[in-house]
Amino acid sequence: MSEQNESVIETPEGVELPSDALVVAENVHKSFGRLEVLKGIDLQVERGEVMCIIGPSGSGKSTFLRCVNHLEKLTAGRLWVNGELMGYRQKRGKLYELRETEVAAQRSDIGMVFQRFNLFPHLTVLGNIIEAPVQVKRVPKAQATAKALDLLERVGLPDKATAYPDQLSGGQQQRVAIARALAMEPSLMLFDEPTSALDPELVGEVLDVMRDLAENGMTMMVVTHEMGFAREVGDSLVFMDDGVVVEAGDPAEVLGNPQHERTRAFLSKVL
Amino acid sequence: MGGPEPSNTPAPGRPAEPITAVPVRYPERWVAAGAVLLLASMFVHMLFTNDAFNWPFMVDHMFSDPVVRGVWVTISATVLSMVIGIVLGIVLAVMRLSGNPVLSTVSWLYTWFFRGVPRLVLAVLFGNLAILYQTIELGLPFDNYWMAWLGLEGDARFFEIDTRTLLSGYVAGLMALSLSEGAYMAEIIRAGLQSVDKGQTEAAQALGMSRSKVLRRITLPQAMRVVIPPTGNETIAMLKDTALLAYVPVTIELFYQLQAIGARTYQIFPMLVAACLWYLAITSVLMVGQYFIERRFNPGQYGGIRNRIVGGAH
Ligand SMILES: Nc1ncnc2c1ncn2[C@@H]1O[C@H](COP(=O)(O)OP(=O)(O)O)[C@@H](O)[C@H]1O
Ligand SMILES: [Mg+2]
Repeated sequence: MSEQNESVIETPEGVELPSDALVVAENVHKSFGRLEVLKGIDLQVERGEVMCIIGPSGSGKSTFLRCVNHLEKLTAGRLWVNGELMGYRQKRGKLYELRETEVAAQRSDIGMVFQRFNLFPHLTVLGNIIEAPVQVKRVPKAQATAKALDLLERVGLPDKATAYPDQLSGGQQQRVAIARALAMEPSLMLFDEPTSALDPELVGEVLDVMRDLAENGMTMMVVTHEMGFAREVGDSLVFMDDGVVVEAGDPAEVLGNPQHERTRAFLSKVL
Repeated sequence: MGGPEPSNTPAPGRPAEPITAVPVRYPERWVAAGAVLLLASMFVHMLFTNDAFNWPFMVDHMFSDPVVRGVWVTISATVLSMVIGIVLGIVLAVMRLSGNPVLSTVSWLYTWFFRGVPRLVLAVLFGNLAILYQTIELGLPFDNYWMAWLGLEGDARFFEIDTRTLLSGYVAGLMALSLSEGAYMAEIIRAGLQSVDKGQTEAAQALGMSRSKVLRRITLPQAMRVVIPPTGNETIAMLKDTALLAYVPVTIELFYQLQAIGARTYQIFPMLVAACLWYLAITSVLMVGQYFIERRFNPGQYGGIRNRIVGGAH
């Protein structure tokens, strides 16, 4: 994570944003009924930064990622992506919920890759990739198809355009899912344990695609258990436990010289 | 390390003798078959010796013009009420799952009513709607109260039509059948929509698709797999239920026509047999169609939907 920016940025709504980072989370809380899952998350992701998030199961990593693209509503706090307050409009100190279509528009700028791929089984690989550009952005079909074929080339699956998801291996499906998210030309990519559902020998091919993305300047938030990836590709590392950020900083620093007992305990189990 | 040299060819299996054993005998099967054969021959004997069947008369009248027209009325009523029922069912299912308490309750009440009242009662009820409203008028509601209250003369009705003109027996019967079918289809489609993995909706939403797009492009097509087999059963059931139109009454309908001929000629039984044969014939055709459709939309596999959408080409 980068240092706190001193300057204050004015958003179009005239609300003060603490920095010009791409993602700004301020005291994010999330409860499901009585269960408080996120207990005040503060963090920032700069443009082009790759932030890896680690932590034990149930610590709220997925919930936090889902708050970033507003698949979950925050119970308290604020979250900005690209200068836009996610899910709300702030006017004269009052919050107004955005309409469903406005939230959808905000989401279309944020790609998300899931642990279980979630490809659309009734569509071909090509159909999966062009669905959102054609349906949401109204990109002409021919143009979307050309772009999709480029993306398939990029994720190493140039000959799978007409295949169906259930004809692909897990690693191939996940690479298609990445291509599907990239087709919307997002400014931020969220990855929720993208390799956790894969057989060990298929993990590498997905990480390679993600590494390539990172090298090309994509801003990424990656929940992962792949410490090697976090160390080599990540610009910052966040350790979450029980709904709070316990420790954050340079990946080599956090992994090599953890400051907190909880971090040490977790790392001793996974390393 | 000792042990045998690893070889590149797999070890050949040892030769084995095929099993030869005396199979178990089932003498009771022969007894059952004999009993069935006896009963069947008694039945066939009766078909040919009992004069009440009057086969020549039946064959003569089964294909008469009004009966054949009745067959087409039956088929058209089946198709139309299923189409309307399916559209209604989709709307009701979406309302039910919408999370909007008003829409959800309305949908529940609708389903409760139309599943709770027998179709026969609905058919007669819709046939008698003209008792409730002699004319159907289009205008502003409660005008007889507020026009007077505002001190205005006349009424706020712009258009009126005689109920019996609008609601011919056929239309009334069709409404009864399709409104009732909507309730059953709503439950089937709801189960189908709920069978689609939640991750599908999330992935689509994360891509920026609106809720209605997610429904039309992602969830409904996947729900088809679960929805289609019971819809086939509903269609066959509907074909048989069109006989209820006779009680609206819809005089051009198949069962009404067959009964009318029977009553007129005092040949009631042959015409009832003719009705059985006609319904059996049409349901058999539908069952063949159902077999092929279900093979395409095989549950558990997306091969079915795939073939349907891309014409089997890949
Ligand atoms: N929709 C939900 N309803 C209720 N509880 C939930 C829901 N989603 C997550 N939780 C709970 O929130 C906690 C954190 O979950 P999650 O964010 O998935 O953790 P992680 O991804 O770090 O394993 C867990 O205790 C989980 O049971
Ligand atoms: Mg998780």
